Amino acid sequence: MPGVGVHARQVSKVYATRRGERVHALDQVSLETVPGEFVSVLGPSGCGKSTMLMLIAGLILPSEGEIRVAGEPLVRPRADASMVFQRDVLLDWRSVLDNVLLPVEIKHLDRRRYRARADELLGRVGLSDFESKYPSELSGGMRQRVAICRALIQDPSLLLMDEPFGALDALTREQMSLDLQRMWAAARNSVLFITHSIEEAVFLSDRVVVMSPRPGRIVEILAVGLSRPRGAHTRTEPAFVALVDRIRNIFRAQGVLSDA
Amino acid sequence: MATTRTATVLSAGRFSAGRRARIWLAEQALVAGIVIAVFVAWEVGVSVFRVPPFVLPPPSQIVTHLVSARALLLEHTWVTASEVVIGFLLSVAIGVPLAVGIVYSRIFEKVAYTFIVPLQTIPKVALAPLVVLWFGYGLLPKVVVACLISFFPVVIASVVGFRAIEQEMLYLARSLNASEWQVFLKFRLPCALPNIFGGFKVGIGQAVVGAVVGEFIAAERGLGYLQIVSSSKLETSLLFGAVAVISLVGLVLFGVLVALERLAMPWHQPADTSGTGA
Repeated sequence: MPGVGVHARQVSKVYATRRGERVHALDQVSLETVPGEFVSVLGPSGCGKSTMLMLIAGLILPSEGEIRVAGEPLVRPRADASMVFQRDVLLDWRSVLDNVLLPVEIKHLDRRRYRARADELLGRVGLSDFESKYPSELSGGMRQRVAICRALIQDPSLLLMDEPFGALDALTREQMSLDLQRMWAAARNSVLFITHSIEEAVFLSDRVVVMSPRPGRIVEILAVGLSRPRGAHTRTEPAFVALVDRIRNIFRAQGVLSDA
Repeated sequence: MATTRTATVLSAGRFSAGRRARIWLAEQALVAGIVIAVFVAWEVGVSVFRVPPFVLPPPSQIVTHLVSARALLLEHTWVTASEVVIGFLLSVAIGVPLAVGIVYSRIFEKVAYTFIVPLQTIPKVALAPLVVLWFGYGLLPKVVVACLISFFPVVIASVVGFRAIEQEMLYLARSLNASEWQVFLKFRLPCALPNIFGGFKVGIGQAVVGAVVGEFIAAERGLGYLQIVSSSKLETSLLFGAVAVISLVGLVLFGVLVALERLAMPWHQPADTSGTGA
């Protein structure tokens, strides 16, 4: 399915804590993405980036403002959107293949029709031989690959990823970035990617949304002009280094980073 | 020094299959040797110190009595085992649905805990005479006591289990627009199984205690009844035999649960439960 655009207008989210205090997780956030765009939301902990993803996923409702996906107001999780979480959230009691086919089963669709698609997805991330294994028999990187295959089984128009590589080691993480880029290049869906890694955001995205904490606000939206496909060589390109440096300076100005 | 230790740790994973089998065999032999030594010491000690058999019979006499009275023991075992199994199944049939209610409804939780927690603080043994008064001398009062006593671990473990699901998994379910029934069946229940089986394993042992205590108070059949009778006749070796068979009943039922657990959760590597035996 081709990508869909997301349009968030003046969205705020206020939580009430147990002691009755009000916490502004998001404050007047506006964002518009075009179909097929890869957008990263980058910020430190507590900047409301996960809250933003939950809102766009339709899992929580905004306190103020409006969110439209493909031009339609969002009232519940969309059938053409899927999520990947920081933890893989695989079901331990299902084989790799059955985990990938979980959305098909929940939605009462024809399992046989999606079987070939599951094989193809797993093959593309090198897990063909692991279809009948249980998740407990896989490494962290393999598990997260299965979770991504699960999210892609129905060719979602919108892929929502909440720090999907946050729990992986640095090398696996770099490989996953390459894999994700390749899969996205084939699918051309819209991706909203939450991360706290500047390099990861710049490497993967068409645009990077930089956020600041308490209350969560958008500080700046930067376009990444780097050519695709990107690879190991990209990380040493002057444009890449300059953009990473620029974002780092934004965080320094915000007081998120300090040399002292 | 550090290098040598690392080397040892590394080589631990490189034992050949034959060497591992020999180590396993040696461990089994050690355990068996200790058990045999205890019984030999018992046998010898009783005869050396001239302990009268009605106080402490030697193991040989207990075994002989076990064999000669096997028909009698089997008959009573059948009675006790039925009480235990029916009582336990009853506690599961009531306890698990109750746990579901507690997890899904806050009001239900408050009402249920108002009754369950005080009930749990009462020693169930103290309720046994009352149960006998209400339900007579037959099978029913023992089943009720067994159920009462195994009920609490089953309920609590199930509640903990149904709540063990992680928030992100619930988000995943909701992002797929799963129905409440699907969330329960495909996410919550499988997540809860390890805890639920943990509760069952505690519960089955408790059910054995409940049935035997019920038989102590009022019965004409069952291993608990057999103990009371042997005790009054100073047939101490039969008393020991009954104890051994009661523990065997518990062990067998525990083993059945472990087998069921493996069958229900082939993906699960259960924690080592040896020593938790009923």
